Amino acid sequence: MISQLSWKIGGQQGEGVESTDRIFSTALNRLGYYLYGYRHFSSRIKGGHTNNKIRISTKPIRAISDDLDILVAFDQESIDLNAHELRPGGVVVADAKFSPTIPEGVQARLFAVPITSIAEELGTSLMKNMVASGASWALLGLSMDVFNKAVEEEFGRKGPAIVEKNIEAVRRGAEFVLEQAGGPLEEFKLADADGKQKLFMIGNEAMALGTLAAGCRLMSAYPITPASEIMEWLIKKLPKFGGTVVQTEDEIAAVTMAIGANYAGVRTMTASAGPGLSLMMEAIGLSGMTETPLVIVDTQRGGPSTGLPTKQEQSDINALINGTHGEIPKVVIAPSTIEECFYDMIEGFNISEQYQVPVIIATDLQLSLGKQTCEALEYDKIVIDRGKLVTGELPPTEENRLFKRYEFTEDGVSPRVIPGVKHGIHHVTGVEHDQEGRPSESAINRKKMMDKRLNKLNDLRITDAVKVDAPNANPDLLVIAMGSTGGTIEEARERLSAEGISTNRIMVRQMHPFPSELLKPHLDAAKKVIVLENNATGQLANLIKLNVGSHDKIRNLLKYDGTPFLPSEIHNACKELN
Amino acid sequence: MATFKEFRNNVKPNWCPGCGDFSVQAAIQRAAANVGLEPEQLAVISGIGCSGRISGYINAYGLHGIHGRALPIAQGVKLANRELTVIASGGDGDGFAIGMGHTVHAIRRNLDITYIVMDNQIYGLTKGQTSPRSAEGFKTKSTPEGSIESTLSPLEIALSAGATFVAQSFSSDLKQLTSLIEQGLQHKGFSLINVFSPCVTFNKINTYDWFKEHIVNLDQFPDYDPTNRVAAMNKIMETGGMLTGLIYQNKERKSYEDLAVGFKPEGIAKQDIKLSRDEFEKLLTEFK
Repeated sequence: MISQLSWKIGGQQGEGVESTDRIFSTALNRLGYYLYGYRHFSSRIKGGHTNNKIRISTKPIRAISDDLDILVAFDQESIDLNAHELRPGGVVVADAKFSPTIPEGVQARLFAVPITSIAEELGTSLMKNMVASGASWALLGLSMDVFNKAVEEEFGRKGPAIVEKNIEAVRRGAEFVLEQAGGPLEEFKLADADGKQKLFMIGNEAMALGTLAAGCRLMSAYPITPASEIMEWLIKKLPKFGGTVVQTEDEIAAVTMAIGANYAGVRTMTASAGPGLSLMMEAIGLSGMTETPLVIVDTQRGGPSTGLPTKQEQSDINALINGTHGEIPKVVIAPSTIEECFYDMIEGFNISEQYQVPVIIATDLQLSLGKQTCEALEYDKIVIDRGKLVTGELPPTEENRLFKRYEFTEDGVSPRVIPGVKHGIHHVTGVEHDQEGRPSESAINRKKMMDKRLNKLNDLRITDAVKVDAPNANPDLLVIAMGSTGGTIEEARERLSAEGISTNRIMVRQMHPFPSELLKPHLDAAKKVIVLENNATGQLANLIKLNVGSHDKIRNLLKYDGTPFLPSEIHNACKELN
Repeated sequence: MATFKEFRNNVKPNWCPGCGDFSVQAAIQRAAANVGLEPEQLAVISGIGCSGRISGYINAYGLHGIHGRALPIAQGVKLANRELTVIASGGDGDGFAIGMGHTVHAIRRNLDITYIVMDNQIYGLTKGQTSPRSAEGFKTKSTPEGSIESTLSPLEIALSAGATFVAQSFSSDLKQLTSLIEQGLQHKGFSLINVFSPCVTFNKINTYDWFKEHIVNLDQFPDYDPTNRVAAMNKIMETGGMLTGLIYQNKERKSYEDLAVGFKPEGIAKQDIKLSRDEFEKLLTEFK
């Protein structure tokens, strides 16, 4: 019995790789396994090699694996490109149609299944993915009933005849491979899972769900990879809650529409990736200047310019923190797990209203699109706090005076009233303004207003601003990172620990304002500090140097080839840098 | 009921004496009162430029945003609270240069807002550069040899983009302008009202007298049918875009708010936003 294995399916884009992966992983999720997925795809719809990898485990995992146990291949290219990942004794399930061969030097067992011909016998080659997935599922010896239920749900909309045919395709694939193999493969027999019901989703879905739970009822957005799933999920749900999603003409319209809607009293967000964020910068300044709440999601991808739209990177950090001209208060949060994707949206919306500032939630492609197990999400943790939003009636203002929307207060946050409220009329402008919102060039007012805005966030520390795991008083290494890399770091740390190298780890979640005091003692205590990030210039490391110091201890561990870190890469690099 | 005086505030506009924008301000105040609004029921969202200051000169909720983006902000306000009356306004540079993309798409989207453009054919606040509305050959600081780009026709563009209400007026004609704004406010959909609003400081060609000489007032044509889109397009072309009055109105097409599935008559801003436990649990089922 094993506790984990990795499964990959590869083929041409548009060939059914996605749907096969979906059915396969849904069935595994129902069985209670922990899953972590990785999608390799290109910026095209049909054609071109694509593959999906799933890691299956009886224990929580949050990283892709170094190697591979089972490869399902629709073409020889999928074998040639991926066979090197197979561990000795791994298995390839491939279509007999193309007479598959295993590259020299790879010790793997090949099952050539007449995938296409079985599918064609059943009526259409479209079903070859069902034949293939049935075959690979059967090798694992897991419940066919659970698998067939997932098939039924995938094709249910298309009617019982189609469902039946697909289940037959699964059965035929299973039957053929089991005959060849002489039954399920003992070495791939997974131990039973813990039986707890789990959620299985991508980070974008977790954020969309968090957005809805946070009380957001409007989203204005422009499609972009890898953010579009957020708007696509919300447009299915928001109309049921009285809201909607508007697909705008560009990201400038998306962000300014969101500002207008927030001003008028509805929690509204937009989501984009680097190119869209670049277009939003001026408007983010308007939100900061007018103290209008705003929530933006940035799903980081490969930059600059169009860059690598479908690949992993964490290179927007500088832009998110420093973007927009002038000086405004702004919050940047980087969730580091899929659960945090959910809860951070709720906290982000609260902060945006409590402090009346723009809040950016920054993920990265792997966190946004990697489908994975999500622990139970708790309804009782959903708390909505709208800050100083005026809800009752207001007394009349003095003659010729407006409501003091920008009143100087001790904490710098002023009461906020939304249009429609009697006696609440005030002006809002991106021009420097007085307490009623009227334009003012007075030097005294200017300084007071700048201080009011910029000091609002002085004490802000979000929940788990940094997530620290520090079992060692003086570790050999302190590893600092953000975003999706945490789970991979954990696996590398286990290996380092086994070799006698002690490590502590910090995931930075509050990127701005930077929680320097929470990091400093840990940097001081460590012998060396490794800052690990998916970009070429060490943006997080520079942020730490700027805010905390410890320049002499900090080493960069950078990866910017578009692929996420593997545990072995971190393991090896840490050994070298130690 | 509020009178136009209640839509006034005590802020002195920073416009030049004689600027056409004063009349637009007065017309909005009168129209708002005439259609029975209270000041707090109106939100004026404006862009950047001389005319963009207008939101600060009307006693109503007002937001003075960023250059070219009055329309998306105004649409956000309307989406959030459809019970509000929303006016977007700005100049020809704001709406037809930097913001043209938004203008066309706001027209297509057809949210129930009224867009009033103060069209002076020049950039005033930056002290006299060419605008997309400047005539060919028009000499400005940025076109010392005369503009060599063709003049943009917002009325034709609006019609071809599917506008449901297109009007044009002249700031000297306060009566017509007020009436058109009233009609725009009452129109259930997006209304574009382009207003010739002369810049007395930087535009020495398109003056009050020049407009009086060139304008064709549709009120002179009792047979003109503003529900006929082809006739409207022809009239715009015949007059070189120099016509005033209600040019086109389509009362059949529903507004975005009415077409959006799930949208309720009361503003979203007034709805309860907390999910119930049942609603939340139900949302989780698709991930199991």
